[in-house]
Amino acid sequence: MTELNEAEVERLYRRLEREAKAGGYNLNPDEEFTRDLVRGLLTNEARFGYPACPCRLSSGVREEDLDIICPCDYRDADINQFGACYCALYVSEDVLKGEKSLGSIPERRPSPEERSREAAVARGSFLPGSAPVWRCRVCGYLCARDEPPEVCPICKVNKDRFERFAPQSMPVWRCRVCGYLCARDEPPEVCPICKVKKDRFERFM
Amino acid sequence: MNVVTVKGQNRGKVMLYALSTCVWCKKTKDLLSRLGVEYSYVFVDLERGAERKKAIEEVTRFNPACSFPTLVINDQKCIVGFKENETREALGL
Repeated sequence: MTELNEAEVERLYRRLEREAKAGGYNLNPDEEFTRDLVRGLLTNEARFGYPACPCRLSSGVREEDLDIICPCDYRDADINQFGACYCALYVSEDVLKGEKSLGSIPERRPSPEERSREAAVARGSFLPGSAPVWRCRVCGYLCARDEPPEVCPICKVNKDRFERFAPQSMPVWRCRVCGYLCARDEPPEVCPICKVKKDRFERFM
Repeated sequence: MNVVTVKGQNRGKVMLYALSTCVWCKKTKDLLSRLGVEYSYVFVDLERGAERKKAIEEVTRFNPACSFPTLVINDQKCIVGFKENETREALGL
């Protein structure tokens, strides 16, 4: 492993903690464990140029690894189902409060063969219409504009983590309090805008 | 392949496929060391070229998802992920 500067570890740890909180997510409260993951992220950033999941084998090619750049495309589904993302950097509210314990999380990422098949299908399924709707693959944020934003305003991932949104592909949830919309399997634990809990969301589409 | 052997009590062939950055792999290594068994490990992410390909093939044979840690005991029993109880049981400890 590359020599890491502890000040850098501290800086990234603090940033992730701040951003997680702002977006309605929680970092794993086991600080030693979480700092080890942060070291892994910095190591991957240094060797690949992007912070790939420390617990997955990266190809070293950004385009092939887009789905496993932290936060990964599978984070929210794993938090919902298992109480943590695959590497356990992010945990659910239950786990944070100690009401649920963590076990080994099975790999949700499709195998390399399945991934190349999916990519071929996705290339052929563009929406008709002149105002494309973009969906952040990480948090489900939706926006209609010519191109996705440079950075997701909700979860801060980069532009290349967005996809064209196909209306029937996934439920759209509406926060009954502030009207925030997002397309994902389940509503987020906390509304990223007004901070109300999951049960304040309703199915919009 | 850069396989490192950690000396200890012989409980059969214990091979750990790991990633150098993976915290769950580290937990598995720590567990094996704590149990005092002899085991070997390889950091697949640090392998290059043909050696890396070979390592990936070995992992995939036991675990098609090619996820880590993958622990293989006596070329038969495969444990995917950090599973303390299952590992102890497989090693008869």
